[in-house]
Amino acid sequence: MSKEKIVMCEDLADIMPPEYQELVATATFGKQDRGWKDIGTSKELIEQHSLCAGCPESIAFRYILASLPAPEDTVFVGSTGCTSLVFPHVAVHNIHSLFGNQNAIASGLKRALAARFPDREKDVVVLAGDGATVDIGLDMTMQSWFRLEKFTTICFDNELYANTGGQESGLMQKGFVAKMAPKGKTFEKVKLAEIAREAGCAYVAVLTVSKPNRVEQVIKNAIFVAREIGPTFVQLYTPCILEIGKQSMEGLDEMKDSETIGGRFVQKEYITEEAQKLLDVIKEETKARKKAAKAAKKPVNA
Amino acid sequence: MNKQVELKNKKVIASSHVQLGQKNRMNQTYTDVNDIFYNSELAPNFLTGSEVIREAIKRSSVGTSVAYPITPQSEAAALIGEIYAEGYLDEYFRGESEFAVMGQCAGAAFGGHRVFTTTAGPGTLRAMENFPMWAGSRLPIQVCVTCRGVNSPLSIQPDTLEMYYLLETGMLVWHAETAQDLFDFILKGFIVAEQPDVHIPIAVCCDGFFVTHTKDTVNMPPLDLTLPPYDPYKAPVPCMDMEVAPIRMMRDPFVMKSNYISYATHASWQQEIRAACERSRKHTIPLLDGLIDEENTDREILIVASGTAVSQSREAIRLLDEDGIKVGLVKIKTIRPFPSEEIKRVTKNAKHIIVPEFNVTGWLAREIKAIIPDNERVLVGPHVCGGMTLPSEVIVEQIKIHLGMETEKLRM
Repeated sequence: MSKEKIVMCEDLADIMPPEYQELVATATFGKQDRGWKDIGTSKELIEQHSLCAGCPESIAFRYILASLPAPEDTVFVGSTGCTSLVFPHVAVHNIHSLFGNQNAIASGLKRALAARFPDREKDVVVLAGDGATVDIGLDMTMQSWFRLEKFTTICFDNELYANTGGQESGLMQKGFVAKMAPKGKTFEKVKLAEIAREAGCAYVAVLTVSKPNRVEQVIKNAIFVAREIGPTFVQLYTPCILEIGKQSMEGLDEMKDSETIGGRFVQKEYITEEAQKLLDVIKEETKARKKAAKAAKKPVNA
Repeated sequence: MNKQVELKNKKVIASSHVQLGQKNRMNQTYTDVNDIFYNSELAPNFLTGSEVIREAIKRSSVGTSVAYPITPQSEAAALIGEIYAEGYLDEYFRGESEFAVMGQCAGAAFGGHRVFTTTAGPGTLRAMENFPMWAGSRLPIQVCVTCRGVNSPLSIQPDTLEMYYLLETGMLVWHAETAQDLFDFILKGFIVAEQPDVHIPIAVCCDGFFVTHTKDTVNMPPLDLTLPPYDPYKAPVPCMDMEVAPIRMMRDPFVMKSNYISYATHASWQQEIRAACERSRKHTIPLLDGLIDEENTDREILIVASGTAVSQSREAIRLLDEDGIKVGLVKIKTIRPFPSEEIKRVTKNAKHIIVPEFNVTGWLAREIKAIIPDNERVLVGPHVCGGMTLPSEVIVEQIKIHLGMETEKLRM
């Protein structure tokens, strides 16, 4: 898509909703090196969210949308859960179909888009909760990795089924007492990152969303590697403050606690050699481009 | 507000719709469906039903097909793989289950491809959650259902029970009697399902083995003609390729509870899907020459059937004729939309309406009973199930018993 597709007809512009007018005026579609720092100075691609106050998923959504390298050519595939309450407010095409089949949808979608647009890169990004990714949808999640489908899978890991009211999930910690685990969960948190690595993902990252620059980097890495090499997986800890008994303002602390040494979400990455080479090249190119841009900005005689 | 935006190097991608008369990479000419069937030289071919599916797909400009093995559709699904390797399709792969396959098909359709797949029996049921989703998402995917028994106990034999489960999914459901029907329905099915005022999925059903694994003579247009490709930008909902402005479709997600708008949206959308199915009539009637075929429907005794039960009934009618019993025949081609008005009209003067079926429940008889006056005229059956054949003699005997006539008891 080029940005002209969202330009309004002049005669009708005044009756368009203000949020759409802002989108046309200042959204960062097509901007090179867009990132989380655009938040606050440009129109975000998420209009609002219908999540609980203070939900870390909402900030995760904002960082991810700000970090997409090419939102004008990106299609999201979601699943049922809290994320499906947010997607209707997002200015990027997104598909909700069923619960758990998101990686199957993305497989067909990515292939069809690749066939229809042979000269253009169309990024497909799956964004689903841990129930959808690991429990009901594990079959399709893993099979898409086995087939080396070239799209990114992002899992919002809140360690339980949030939208249905806090039931046990495969990514819940062992021993946690939850609905449907009245005596505490009896088995370990599923090692999804390792499963992803073994199943064929060329780039895997596990982290919280406490630091926007880190989120931006892994999202970009994951999408760049998916374009060129194969499946990529990002697992983000987005705690369900409601179901773990925290207050609205305690989400950030919960994430910071979990990523300190010995925590469940100390940042880790698994990168294949091929993927690392690609990321190194991109890093160099980006650095050179930014340096050149900076130099061009400087007055000649300064 | 409406400031100029720099286009950089990006260009607007216009509709990918290729004009009629142009050639594709296989050197086939995109041709209007009417010209394919009514203005081209049809030549007879002696093929199995599975091969007929392959030949139909060669002439259907399909983008993606996803396959999964289940008898009796496995052969057709593998043959489509062969023509993909030859270059007829853009994408083809094996999914991991029917549930996943139907999701993969949906993904390709969301992305703007014409999509075809095949399934059968337990596979249809495993995939079931996808079908109302396809309809609700307005994806004009075609699934060819080669009907087989639904477990348990394990059966791979023909049985049309699975069609009953498909009736309220919001899809178009057509039932082929012969390999010729199957060929015609596949090509015509794409065209009807993709009309902007229809744009819902279609299940083209045939009876497994009886149609898929037997050889029959089928008249086909030449291979250098193919359907025009699907144009995703004529769809009533946006194609998910970011080539259409990403409008914010709703202020609150539909799923939000206790919200009148969400109730109203769901209610009206579900009615719209059913209305779209009804609107398919005007496209289907000229292409299929009506939703039903009728023979001697002025007679007092009528057989109303679909699928291979029609073929068995034709033979039964011939046998009855030898005994001086005159019976008319109604062949139903589309189960959804159901040809209610047509059936009411042709059964108006019938005293006995016999509905032979290949399933245990007699769902077609139920459908008919639900729409005609004086429905005690309907004889539910004979029906066989679990893969049994339905000999014409059984239909003859049932009709004779029903009429209070003496019969020579059939030996089992």
